[in-house]
Amino acid sequence: MKKMAIIATKGTLDMAYPPFILASTAAALGYEVQVFFTFYGLQLLRKDLSDVKISPLANPAMPMPVPMPVLVQVLPGMETMATMMMKDKLKKKGVASLEELRAVCQEADVKFIACQMTVDLFDFDKSEFIDGIEYGGAAMFMEFAGETDICLFV
Amino acid sequence: MNVDKELDARGLNCPLPILKTKKSLADMTAGQVLKVVSTDPGSVKDMQAFANQTGNALVSSTVEKGEYVFLMQKK
Repeated sequence: MKKMAIIATKGTLDMAYPPFILASTAAALGYEVQVFFTFYGLQLLRKDLSDVKISPLANPAMPMPVPMPVLVQVLPGMETMATMMMKDKLKKKGVASLEELRAVCQEADVKFIACQMTVDLFDFDKSEFIDGIEYGGAAMFMEFAGETDICLFV
Repeated sequence: MNVDKELDARGLNCPLPILKTKKSLADMTAGQVLKVVSTDPGSVKDMQAFANQTGNALVSSTVEKGEYVFLMQKK
């Protein structure tokens, strides 16, 4: 059986998609998959994903309906607005929600590993995370990653 | 060709057509044929790649009235 490992380090809406899309697709293709969530990536394991947002700030590649100066992007509520617009667009274009992709991964036995060090570092409460995940460190991840056909850092 | 099951993947985008195809095939038996209808242009190459990697046979891949129609025979 082919294997894939992903290290998910980002917790924004745009950067949340690649690990979940690739993990769910690889699982559908018969891969054994593990995703190691570390630093901000740990946000993607929370039961409630409503805090996963996208910011137009310092993100000049983000397509905007109207050109928006950086000084406007810093105003309160801009992040929430950009997130709402992005989620609306994703839905309209038939792209799955993060929750949906994450559930498909879990149904397909993708193993999610939360970085124990990050949990301690940010004082995360484990009860905020979804069920069925494991906690581990770099060495534990390496044991699997060293045997994989594909290994990605996101 | 006899179709045993149909999957409507219209309006869905990558990777949903593949994920739903996989799910639909799961409760079918070997030799049965799944028809998938999609509107995602990317699904043409993805369905072929899915077949290549999973061993299920992509019997046909056609375009009908702007929609992509696939016949997938379960391994």
